Amino acid sequence: MEFFPDIVLFADTPFAMNRIMMIRVFMTLVIVLIFWLGTRNLKLIPNRRQGMIEYGLDFVRVGIAEDLLGKKDGRRFLPILTTFFFMVLAMNITGIVPGFNIAGTSVIGVPLVLAAVAYVTWIYAGLKKHPGKFLRNALFPPGVPPILYIIVTPIEVISTFIVRPVTHTLRLMMNMVVGHLLLVLFFAATHFFFFEAGGLFSLFGVGTLAFGLAFSFFEILVAILQAYVFTILTAVYLQLALADEH
Amino acid sequence: MLHALVLTAAEGDAPNPLIPADYDIIWSLVCFVIILWVFWKLVLPKVTTMLDERTEVIEGGIKRAENAQAEAAVQLEKYNALLKEARSEAGKIREQARIDGTKILNELKESASAEAARITANAAAQIEAERQSALVSLRAEVGSLALDLAAGVIGQSLSDDEKAARLVDSFIADLEAADASAVQNEASK
Repeated sequence: MEFFPDIVLFADTPFAMNRIMMIRVFMTLVIVLIFWLGTRNLKLIPNRRQGMIEYGLDFVRVGIAEDLLGKKDGRRFLPILTTFFFMVLAMNITGIVPGFNIAGTSVIGVPLVLAAVAYVTWIYAGLKKHPGKFLRNALFPPGVPPILYIIVTPIEVISTFIVRPVTHTLRLMMNMVVGHLLLVLFFAATHFFFFEAGGLFSLFGVGTLAFGLAFSFFEILVAILQAYVFTILTAVYLQLALADEH
Repeated sequence: MLHALVLTAAEGDAPNPLIPADYDIIWSLVCFVIILWVFWKLVLPKVTTMLDERTEVIEGGIKRAENAQAEAAVQLEKYNALLKEARSEAGKIREQARIDGTKILNELKESASAEAARITANAAAQIEAERQSALVSLRAEVGSLALDLAAGVIGQSLSDDEKAARLVDSFIADLEAADASAVQNEASK
């Protein structure tokens, strides 16, 4: 299957590597290099390269962290949000990078690990900010008649503590899986129509190729959008946990 | 889609995509930890420091400009105050000069009129003295003249009016001649 390529390194160990793991490690190195080299020599008056790096970091810092969490909490959780955004973005974008052709996030590991980190983080943030009251307010929302807790509390348990991390994980993973399957479908069909069916079927091939190209561009949008959605959802969960009246 | 995947997974050799393999989790964690560490410990502190510095520079610049402006305003005020002071000083000096001028003029006028009065008094005194001395000498001369006239009159026979008139006339002519010679003597002296 596409998402479970053959193991090529360290087989039968917990550090077994297949194509997708190598893509992940490679993109990790790319991120590290870009941001490490890009911020090694920061100037008060940025040049073009520093301007781009700053633009990227400001997108998370101002657009997500400070916008949703405010200056103080935004700065507290900025490392985790920045990591989420750029890690997810880098591993999404490999879905349309020629030669890689698969997103590092299309296997459940990365979405699951990141969603788990987000889950632990917002619960930790809530417990620390409102010790004792956090879980009670989450499970027994104030202002609800006590009799309704019979219905409300199970719903809250399921929606907040079970469905939330699951959707957080699967939203990202499935977007990437489906994007990959769509592209595979279009380009496999194109290959079939051009080289195996031949004749008039080549005309179909032109159509599938055009759709394949169009969806490649669409996947760039999806890659950025899903990185943004994943990060902003983490920020929203944190905001809900930190909210005063919560 | 999910259902199809699960079905596929259940049917054959391919693993269930929703159940992560151990290496999948491990490599995800490794990547995550590396990226998190780089952002947390390397990138973001530097960027934060730089942003703070930039803010400080910008705010410092604004503050400096404000200070300069405030100082300029103070200087302007000082300058205006000095100008005003100088103006009032000049006005005072002018006023003083006018007063002094008037005073000097008045004093001059006073002293001049006093001088004139003094000169006039001197002249009057001299004239009076001369008049006195003239009077004294005249009195002495008139006495002798009267005696001469009387001797003349007695010496001549005053028979007729014609002779008497001639006598008086000659006397007066003598008198005038004597007077003229006396004046000439006086002048030659």
